[in-house]
Amino acid sequence: MISLILNRIARVVVHIILLFSIFMLFKGHNEPGGGFIAGLMAAVAIVLIYITYDLKTVKKLMPVSYPAMIALGLFFAAGTGLGGVMLGYPFLTQTFDYFHIPLIGEIELATALSFDIGVFLVVVGATLLIISTLGEGSK
Amino acid sequence: MMETLTFIILIIISLSIALCMIRVYKGPTTPDRVIALDTVAVNVLAFITVLSMHLNTEMFFDAVLVIAVIAFVGTIAIAKYLMKGDIIE
Repeated sequence: MISLILNRIARVVVHIILLFSIFMLFKGHNEPGGGFIAGLMAAVAIVLIYITYDLKTVKKLMPVSYPAMIALGLFFAAGTGLGGVMLGYPFLTQTFDYFHIPLIGEIELATALSFDIGVFLVVVGATLLIISTLGEGSK
Repeated sequence: MMETLTFIILIIISLSIALCMIRVYKGPTTPDRVIALDTVAVNVLAFITVLSMHLNTEMFFDAVLVIAVIAFVGTIAIAKYLMKGDIIE
């Protein structure tokens, strides 16, 4: 039995929270924000879908294996660090450059962003793995 | 002038949080306590916003959004637990 009010509210709010999470991800490494808090916000948005519907619906909507997501995130984060080693710099050396992208304009892309994406995937995977396991166990 | 005004507003919001905490302590039923805690969260949001006006900085606005999202989802989870006894079906 799905609550009508919660259903209507969640359909709007989930998009806003996910947009805010992406905003935090790309704003990090210069200002407050970054991979951890962005991952936490994305996890909160998906937990809201879990609360509104049930475990089966989310599994059908999002057929992702959470342990694989954690592994992919760790691969990204470690790969960012090892990229510096390959070029002869110390581990986790970072650099940045300015690029011109059509429709958006001049933006700054740093290798810290790739590390942040790794942290994002690890946090989303770990949080959702814990919460979905707890939800299955309570039955 | 502006600093005095924001300082007075901060004191009033602190009093409001204290009153909500009294309701959390006394509240006869659990829904009373949940509503009081949600109101505490809203008051904390207002407090941080006025504090960032007082200190003339923009750094706290992200914290305001994050606390708003987490308080919203937390209140929904507690409400569903009280209604059905199970948060994720």
